[in-house]
Order: sequence, then structure tokens, then C-alpha cells
Amino acid sequence: MDSAIRTRALCKVYNSPPPAAVGRGDGAAAGKRRFVSLKTKDAKPQITALDGIDLDVAPGQIFGLLGPNGAGKSTTVGILTTRVRPTSGTAWIGEYDVWRDQTAAKRRIGVVAQRPNLDFSLTAREILLFHGAYFGLSSQERSERANQLLDRFKLTDRADQLVRGFSGGMMQRMSIARAMMHDPQVLFLDEPSVGLDPQTRLLLWEIIREYNQKGRTILLTTHNMEEADTLCEQLAIIDHGRIIASGGPRELKASIPGGYLLRLRFAQLSSALLERLGKLPGVTEVRASGDAGADLYASRGGALIPEIVNAAAALGVELSDVHISEPSLENLFLHHTGRSLRE
Amino acid sequence: MNWKAFLALLARDAHVARRNLGPLVLQTFLQPLLFVFIFGRVMVGSGYLPAAYKSLLLPGIMAMSMVFTGVWAVAMPLISEFQFTREIEDRLLAPIDISWVAVEKVVAGLIQAMVAGLVVIPLAWIILRPGLELHVANPLLFVCVTFLVAGFSACGGLALGCSVDQQHIGLMFSMVMTPMIFFGCTYYPWSALSHFFILQKVVLINPLVYASEGLRATLVPQFPHLSLLLVVVALTVFDCLFLIVGLRQFHKKAVS
Repeated sequence: MDSAIRTRALCKVYNSPPPAAVGRGDGAAAGKRRFVSLKTKDAKPQITALDGIDLDVAPGQIFGLLGPNGAGKSTTVGILTTRVRPTSGTAWIGEYDVWRDQTAAKRRIGVVAQRPNLDFSLTAREILLFHGAYFGLSSQERSERANQLLDRFKLTDRADQLVRGFSGGMMQRMSIARAMMHDPQVLFLDEPSVGLDPQTRLLLWEIIREYNQKGRTILLTTHNMEEADTLCEQLAIIDHGRIIASGGPRELKASIPGGYLLRLRFAQLSSALLERLGKLPGVTEVRASGDAGADLYASRGGALIPEIVNAAAALGVELSDVHISEPSLENLFLHHTGRSLRE
Repeated sequence: MNWKAFLALLARDAHVARRNLGPLVLQTFLQPLLFVFIFGRVMVGSGYLPAAYKSLLLPGIMAMSMVFTGVWAVAMPLISEFQFTREIEDRLLAPIDISWVAVEKVVAGLIQAMVAGLVVIPLAWIILRPGLELHVANPLLFVCVTFLVAGFSACGGLALGCSVDQQHIGLMFSMVMTPMIFFGCTYYPWSALSHFFILQKVVLINPLVYASEGLRATLVPQFPHLSLLLVVVALTVFDCLFLIVGLRQFHKKAVS
């Protein structure tokens, strides 16, 4: 079956800081900075936001791009939605090359940007009506669909007010309603639940699932593990503009060696101790972390502690702190990058 | 070309303009009418200026209000919509080539500038009569020049609006618009600069000179004016130039 979204070797290098359209300095925040030594005095820093992204999203899938701020998520969405020009590589929406057939691609997508970008000169209802008109909906279709969406997103009572005065959460709901107005085949949601209260987040997840059940493809970016875990059927974990792991959430979590992660801290750490820890039964991998810390991947969690304490005591070292986490995407990210998703 | 989307974009701008009609009317007409009143009525009435000045002044005031309206109508929304809030994003994502989103802004600005120019004439006539002598020999030529003037103001608005940041709006008006108006032969005919040889040549890079002189040639041909052929050619060149520059800047702003 053809992909709903496909990218091949997608690269993006910014010659200046990425503009607001690409989100909160995404790419600039943690992207690789390479100062090109030109002879001119105003040598510009080049920021590699994407470094060869290959994606395949099947039609009807909820696909998640998971990664920390600045990983390249928004740039990927930007390219797929015609807002960012790729430096190299190609991106398709269905059969349409996003850069070459922009209008055809735009007809098939709905986009919710990271920051609400509503038309402040219009009321909530007018935003939906005009959006429908841009996409050629008839006036009856427009008004019916606007009413349905306003109702679904609990915005009916504010429908005829200018959106300028809306709260952040309301603007976010409004942005999503607008993106769904022309019933696009592919819906892009860039960090959709940032800044939403838990109740609205649940409403949003419900609406996303409902929309997906109509056979629509959804690509969402998030740095929220829970969201990725509960909502997405397929995930790509992205960092520094590269995909470091991809698959279903369960499959990805199962790929973490051992599953459990024990973050240990000792009074001091020696290679002898690391070696001993690595030989404990059930331990699949040990890595030094920080000054006197060790990350231990194992098939057991708390049951390992007495053995760790003993192993340390045998070398005259005291265990000062332990943190155990169960198999999670957070651990997966940590395993691949040595950094937490929240860092 | 997706005409449905294009017309919907125009309808959106018309809707917003209707919503802001009061302030828009004041902003468009207050300044030209004050000029007309002070220079055409007070100064002429008290004898400091000859009565013929009324007729000389009108085309300049018309050109000025058209340029202000066109530039303002295109540049100001673009400057704010491309800023932090990215309000224009929804229109950039409409199923139409983004160049047409820019062209739509130009068309909306052009219509507003045409309306501003054509409404200033009867308003000024009410204030200035009697003694206002307009001779429109060729209405088609007059409409053509008015259209080109409106076009240059809207295309100029596009080029400016996509090149200037919000924090430099004040600078744009004091550094670009003000000198353009004072050296734009709005209050005097180009021939009046004959005593300032170099200045008279230098002001020819100012498109407003051709706007004022063109309107003077078609409305009050009894006064000295630049040749209509030169005016039409120059305005056409400026229209195209500003449109090309504006579209390029628009693309730079719209796609990163």
C-alpha cells in the first residue's frame, strides 16, 4: 500500500535562526551548530536541523514523532506542510511531492502549528467559515461543519466572538477545529497538547482517535511520552535531526535491553565495580553516567538492589542513590542518547 | 489557478475591511481633507495663494491619499501577520500557490486605493468649490492612470510590508513615505522645480512624481505637467518592479 506520508533523506540546514513558523526555535535549540569559516566578517552559523530523515506513514495511522525540543520535529512537519524548503531530499503526501506539487499537497493536509496562529481579525465561526471557503466548500457545507466542530470542541458559546480574547487552551482547540474543517486526509499536529489542562488533553485525544477512525492519517509531534505511548500506533524517535529508533510503542519499549533501568549513584565509581555490576544475573548493560553514577539495564528491578549493594560493599563502596524505572519510551531515549527527553 | 480560493481570500479581506470601516474611512480621508481645507480653502481664501492653486492641489492630494491608502492597506497587515502570531499561516496553507496569496493582498490594496482616490475628488470638490476647474478630456486615460497609481501603491505596500519589521514601521514612514510625499510633486508641479536643476532630475526616481503628474495631466491639463506617455511608461515600470520585488520578499518571509 502507498504511504500517506513519505520522506527520503530529508535534510534541512538553516543559514539563519529558524523563524517563528518552525516553532520555538526548533532546530536552533539543540541542532548541530557548525560555524562555517568564510572569509567575510559576517560568517553565518549553519544549523543542521534535519540530517537525513526517512519516514513512511501508512494511511489511517496515528504516527508520532517523539523527541526533545530542538530535535527537528517541527522542521519535519514544516517541510511536509510546504512551510519549510528542504535543503535536500524529498517529501510526499500520498503521491504528491510536497515541494513540487504544493497546491495538491496542501489540499490533502490540515495543520495545527505549535503556536496558535489564528486570524485575529475574525471570530471563531468566521475563521472556520473562511477556512472552508479557501478549500472550496459550499456555503451550506461550511456552516454545517463549522457548527459541528464548534460543538465538538466546546466553543459554541464563544463562536461569535473575536478569537483575540480567547485563552491559550481555547485557541489551541480552535486551531485543531480549523485544521479539521476541510476534512483533510492527513492531519499534522505539532505538539498539540502543550499548555492544555488534563481535561482538555483527554478531549483532544478522544477527538484525534475519532478522526483517525474515519480512516484519516495523523502525524503528531510530542515530547510527552504518555501521549506518544497511548495515542500513537507507530513512533519515530528523533534527536539532532536523525531518527534514532522507530516502531510501535510496545515494540520500541521491548527493544530496550532488559527493560528496567536502574540509575545508580555511588560514593565513588571504579571500573572494577562496573565490571561486577555487569556480571550480576539479569543485567544486560551497564554504563557509567556522570561522576559516580551508573545506568544499569536489567530484566529485574528492585530485586537487584541487594545484589548491587553487596557487589559495591565487596569493593568498599557505598551505594548512595537508586532510581528504578520500568520499561518506557523515556528509557529508550536515554538508552540511545544518554540524555533525558526533558533535558 | 484556484479562483475559488482567490475569491475567498478577497472576501476575507473585504469582510475585515467592512468590520473596520469607521477607522478605515477616517484614516483614509481625514488627512487629505485637512490638507485640502488648509491649503485650498484657508490659504487661498486669505489671499496667500492664488485661486488657481485649488485645481493644482487636487491631483497631488489625490495621488497622496491613494499612495497612503494602498501602502497602508497592504503593508500594515502583512507586517503584523508575518510577525510572532503568524496569522497569515492559514492563508498560506490554502490550496493555492502562495504567490497568489500575495497578489490577492495587492488586489485588495489596489481596490482600496482606487476607492480612496475616486472618493477624494467629490469630497475635495465640496470643500474647494467654487473655483475648482477640472477638465477630464479622456475619462479612459484618467481611469488608466488612476489604476496604475493604485497598482504602484499596492505593489509598493507589498514590497515594503515584506521587507520591514514591526519595530521599524515608524522608520518606514519617516524615512520612506514622508520624503516621497514632499518630493513627489504633490503640492507643486514638477516644472516648479526648474530652479533646482539637480533636484528636479533626482526626484524622477520617485514614483509619486509620476502619479501626481499623471493625475494632473488627466484632471487639470491646463497646468504644466510631464508627458502622459512618460507617466504611463514609468508607472508601469514601477508597478512591475515593486510587484517582482514584493513577491520575492513575500516568498522569503513565507517559506523558511
